[in-house]
Amino acid sequence: MAQRSKLRWVILALPLLAFLWLTIFLLRGLFSDPTELSSALVGKPVPQFELPDIYDTSKIHTEAVLQGRPMLLNVWATWCPTCRAEHEYLNKLAAEGVYIVGLNYKDDSRAKAVNWLNTLGDPYQVNLFDERGMVALDFGVYGAPETFLINADGEVVYRHVGDVNDRVWNTVLGPQYQQLMQAYQTEGTAP
Amino acid sequence: MIKNFITMLMVTLTIALSSLSVVYAVNLETYKFDDPQKEALFRELIDELRCPKCQNQTIGDSDAPLAKDLRDRTYLMVQQGASKQEVVDYMVARYGDFAYYRPPVKLSTVVLWLGPVLVILVGAAVILMRVRARNNAEVELSDEEQAQLAALRSSDLDNADQSHSEQDKSS
Repeated sequence: MAQRSKLRWVILALPLLAFLWLTIFLLRGLFSDPTELSSALVGKPVPQFELPDIYDTSKIHTEAVLQGRPMLLNVWATWCPTCRAEHEYLNKLAAEGVYIVGLNYKDDSRAKAVNWLNTLGDPYQVNLFDERGMVALDFGVYGAPETFLINADGEVVYRHVGDVNDRVWNTVLGPQYQQLMQAYQTEGTAP
Repeated sequence: MIKNFITMLMVTLTIALSSLSVVYAVNLETYKFDDPQKEALFRELIDELRCPKCQNQTIGDSDAPLAKDLRDRTYLMVQQGASKQEVVDYMVARYGDFAYYRPPVKLSTVVLWLGPVLVILVGAAVILMRVRARNNAEVELSDEEQAQLAALRSSDLDNADQSHSEQDKSS
């Protein structure tokens, strides 16, 4: 009899547990951002590509520019207001010595993009010009700005969707970048 | 009357929904095919691939520039003779499982596939248990309880008779 009432309690508690689980699940959904998709590329090498330089289209870059040291790959365009908002911060990071490669994504015109870099400052070590967005497609880019963190082996470590600002850099991107830099530097000094 | 109302409601809903899909449908006439089989495959694909930018639209449904890029890529691949699986794999490799409206069965998606079955099973089990409990309750009456029940029933009848007769008197 005692066993039976115990079982009864378990059965009675089930709906309550299910309700609590659902509450937690839905509550989490309230604070999650559905537009932030995890990148399918994380842990994989960057895709192969051949892209012209934005200043000099006769100069062709390949995926080799994304290998050899930890870096950020920043996807931007002049039609993207959030890119404008984060540009100042990228300039600041570049001044602090952070290595950033720029990927201009389906811009209205090359002249407009070059003008942007000349007037607002150019935080990028290399400027890739992806006129038709086909390389960005290989990266799984679905908007701008997006920022990829790439390690010295040329593998994507992390993808950030949205602007890079103080909060994002200090809590998410910065620590990971420093970690990669540390590993890179200790490796470099080893015989 | 109610039946009529429901029919009306259904008709209205159907019209509303079909007009919605017309509004959102993208102009696909720019994609020319010589091979009707390829065209069918193209239409099937753009109806099952999900636009990463617009969350709940297929790439065939969406006006987003990215959806157009993905349609162009799909068109190109289909024209070059790619199979359905090749195109799907290509998209999933870039945008993750999110890009395909039929998620694969994996540990992280198993709840999608087994959840509804589980709900039905649990519901059936609950109903079964309740029915059994009710049946058992009838069977499990002891002789003594049966006698009590009989007594109660007869007293009920008496009471009913009494109230009945009282009512008679009052009227």
